[in-house]
Amino acid sequence: MIINYVGVSEIRGSLIALEGVTDASYDELAEIRLDSGAKRLGRIVQIDGDRIVVQIFEGTSSISLSNTSVHLTGRPLELPLSSEILGRIFSGSGKPIDGLGKIFPKKKADINGMPINPISRTYPKNYINTGISTIDTLITLIRGQKLPIFSGSGMKHNELAVQIARQAKIQGADESNFAIVFAAMGVKNDVADYFKRKFDESGVLQKVAMFLNLSNDPIIERILTPRCALTAAEYLAFELDMHVLVIMTDMMSYAEALREFSSSKGEIPGRKGFPGYLYSDLASLYERAGMVKGKKGSVTQIPILTMPNDDITHPVPDLTGYITEGQIVLDRSLSSQGYYPPISVLPSLSRLMKDGIGKEYTRDDHSDLANQLFSSYAKVIDARALATVIGEDDLSDIDKKYIKFGNYFEKKFLNQGVNENRSIEESLNLGWKLLSLLPKEELNRIDDVIISQRYKEGDEEIFKQDQKINLLNEKDKPEDGEDGEDDDDND
Amino acid sequence: MGEKDYIYGINGPVVTVKNTKSFSMMEMVYVGNQRLVGEVIRVSEEFTTIQVYEETTGLKPGQLVVGTGGPLEVCLGPGIADRIFDGIERPLKAIEAKFGSFIARGGSAAPLDQDLLWDVTMQVKEGDSLSEGQIYAICPETSVVTHKCIVPFGVNGKVIKIKPNGKYRVNDVVVSLKDSKGRVRDLTLCQYWPIRTPRKIKKRLNLKVPLITGQRVIDTLFPIAKGGAAAVPGGFGTGKTMTQHQIAKWCDADIIVYIGCGERGNEMSQVVDEFKKLIDPKSGKPMTERTVLIANTSNMPVAAREASIYTGITLAEYYRDMGYHVAIMADSTSRWAEALREISGRLEEMPAEEGFPSYLPSRLSEFYERAGRVETLGGGEGSVTIIGAVSPQGSDFSEPVTQNTKRFTRCFWALDKSLAYSRHYPAINWMASYSEYFSDLDSWFSKNAGESFVRYRKKISTILYEEDKLMEIVKLVGADVLPDDQKLIIEIAKVIRTGFLQQNAFHKDDTFVPMEKQYKMMKIILYLYKKAKQLISVSIPISKITKSGIFEKVIKIKYDVANDERDKLDNYIKDIDLEIDKIIKR
Repeated sequence: MIINYVGVSEIRGSLIALEGVTDASYDELAEIRLDSGAKRLGRIVQIDGDRIVVQIFEGTSSISLSNTSVHLTGRPLELPLSSEILGRIFSGSGKPIDGLGKIFPKKKADINGMPINPISRTYPKNYINTGISTIDTLITLIRGQKLPIFSGSGMKHNELAVQIARQAKIQGADESNFAIVFAAMGVKNDVADYFKRKFDESGVLQKVAMFLNLSNDPIIERILTPRCALTAAEYLAFELDMHVLVIMTDMMSYAEALREFSSSKGEIPGRKGFPGYLYSDLASLYERAGMVKGKKGSVTQIPILTMPNDDITHPVPDLTGYITEGQIVLDRSLSSQGYYPPISVLPSLSRLMKDGIGKEYTRDDHSDLANQLFSSYAKVIDARALATVIGEDDLSDIDKKYIKFGNYFEKKFLNQGVNENRSIEESLNLGWKLLSLLPKEELNRIDDVIISQRYKEGDEEIFKQDQKINLLNEKDKPEDGEDGEDDDDND
Repeated sequence: MGEKDYIYGINGPVVTVKNTKSFSMMEMVYVGNQRLVGEVIRVSEEFTTIQVYEETTGLKPGQLVVGTGGPLEVCLGPGIADRIFDGIERPLKAIEAKFGSFIARGGSAAPLDQDLLWDVTMQVKEGDSLSEGQIYAICPETSVVTHKCIVPFGVNGKVIKIKPNGKYRVNDVVVSLKDSKGRVRDLTLCQYWPIRTPRKIKKRLNLKVPLITGQRVIDTLFPIAKGGAAAVPGGFGTGKTMTQHQIAKWCDADIIVYIGCGERGNEMSQVVDEFKKLIDPKSGKPMTERTVLIANTSNMPVAAREASIYTGITLAEYYRDMGYHVAIMADSTSRWAEALREISGRLEEMPAEEGFPSYLPSRLSEFYERAGRVETLGGGEGSVTIIGAVSPQGSDFSEPVTQNTKRFTRCFWALDKSLAYSRHYPAINWMASYSEYFSDLDSWFSKNAGESFVRYRKKISTILYEEDKLMEIVKLVGADVLPDDQKLIIEIAKVIRTGFLQQNAFHKDDTFVPMEKQYKMMKIILYLYKKAKQLISVSIPISKITKSGIFEKVIKIKYDVANDERDKLDNYIKDIDLEIDKIIKR
């Protein structure tokens, strides 16, 4: 039986309250019709006897106490799904907005999803070659992982996400069943456009489903956007056996939308005004990444979040870091020195890396090499701090070597063109080349056998030789073009 | 069976019932048509408030709420070890078999396998009188755990009927007792216990024996006693979970209860995968056989997360009552505290610090007080050791959960971001951590680990402390200006840090190091220090000693000497003497 309830009893923020309602169920979808003929969607967020509170996705402007009727649909919000969703663009609440008509659903799914039974998960082990040295060698991305990019406004996180998406797809046999789901939450139109253009340029647009809630779209709809996107991703992965990469940007806007919703409901705020359930709420999104036993597909998540004031202790990056399996942290000072990708190596981490690298996956020396690079680079930071106090000239010989190591690390290893795709062999060999700048005694993280196989003490000459070769036959030159600077500190 | 009534209001995981006197505080109830499990958390004249352990989507006012008449209980019996449960003891394997890869709402399955036959050996005979806590039957639960069925608390009497040894299911009656008033009580292989009540014991015992973890920094510098409690605080990426995994794998407890409370799903599947492959060096059997997993990952319902900690500790206490030493890893207690905060917020309670409810400290202390080494009612000895991970917000140790946990645990292993950044694992900061169990355990260490153990440990801490002070100077002016004796402290501290404190969890020998090797490693390092100091006192420059490569050699002991080649260690003392002689002669 369909009942229309005419009029509302209270309007506050994005919430309306109705009285005298029977047969409402929690989290049910409600349709709100205005006298003007406009239709809006909402969902029931609280029930007290016959009084219900409905959250309106498109906002409550121009709703009055009498000009509205509410109709309960009897279902939670569901997303129509079929393989046709690829190549399409949807609003934040899952409605097609590209003018290509409706989706004819094979299936409808509740956007809240269901938690994966922990024992039904397959522990992710297959590494994804992104072609980016820093990520492949030190923060290896694994299929089925959730690895966020912690950035700040003005840094090149979008470029990095696009590069990962573009290069990660070149995974041999799997090319035919690779898909990207893109969720934009509160980002500017230009940013969404940038992604669309880049996907188009690399010819994958037909493999992308986009869910767009731009910065001028209704804020409450933003809470639904990642849920719709992940529901689509789960469908593609677990029913159509695809490997899905989900890019979600910007998680900060999402969290702010949640805060706005929570405060309009009059809930008790936690840290920085965010609701006490922020952790559980974020987890309900991030935990939807993974692989499931008996299913061929996978959901890999790369959420992007811009940290206000680059503050990693802000509740949103902080809680995100506790849920995700590592993080890629971008660094303002590297970025302003013109390095791309400006990855701050030390706080970055991939938790699933240890089981996805090594002999069977990449190369036997990978794990030791990565540990050594991390620990040596940590010493670079110490040496630089000391150099700012006593001057570089007064440093001990070994500290000077570390400084040199650090400079080459950033210039040759970290720095890379946005279109440059390095193989894992290249990246690892580059790592060994860097270590050759350090004396053998300093390499205490590497097994002696591996050292004897791979290590050759050298100096910066080897990088110079490289350059000559590069100049001769390099087509895909790094954009930043800082090659000229090298000569300055080679003396 | 309890009474029933109807739903009035719904707000997230909190459901209210109006004008009812049907339910009692902390009673377990079934809510709605799908019979979702819930617990009564507040009773007033007007409303009864229930927290529901599952998603409440689709619930309607007017649906039934059915009481069970008792508090939230767990079922205790054979079939717990080597299994994986959610926060309210639902077996995840059975749920998977029934509902598939995703957890459906209202999905229920009996906690213990009802059809499995256990090979039971009776421990009593007809006419024996039995009292609470005594063992009446045993059966092999896994190849390493013998399950002992103990008489439920409050039950005493004479055995009037007993089944012969043989194969029985958990719910088969095997023994019948008649108490002094003539009432007959049938005992099966299982029993129930409310999770929020500590199980009874005869008395608490002193903590005298350490829990040996095979992790050098813990065993040597910050040991924990069997029956003690430790907190492992650390920001994300500092290795809390790794530390917990390492202890769960290698510590010398009989049973491990691992609670994944609000953490990652992949971590739990990793534990399952890894433990299956790992072979316990003592028993030669897979590690899973002594492990119970409670997995309530971060995307599973928040109220069940709150309960998971209690479920875990109750299972631990049950095994303790059989006379086992149990170690329980709670990863992470902060998520549990946040679940408390979330539910407290829904109840509109007045928040205290950072939005946490004012009863946070008392709840934490109740939990940690359930650790201990005890004499059981049956007369045996058992212990529960709690190792709780804390995830401080923004890595700030001054936040309420870390601070309050610190008050109720006597061991504090502070994980440090900068150590983790330089990949020094375990990233336990030796300046900020402490253990109050030293005095209780010193005599055990002197007797079992080596007579000079306590002296060595003090010496090692002193060197690390001095290095820490010197590093402040070095940061300002560089190491070159220091006199040679101070340079030596920095060098030897480096040996201690990289050669001793740092430990590689992925190296086959280094992942677990027996006490004897730990002791000898300390001895070698301190011997090197003594000898080098002598050289410096006769004005031989330190650069000569460092060039000889002897420091690097000592650092690599952890890799070069396998755990079973202990004799090799003694050669190092000779090697040091040789090198030193060479330097003098030059």
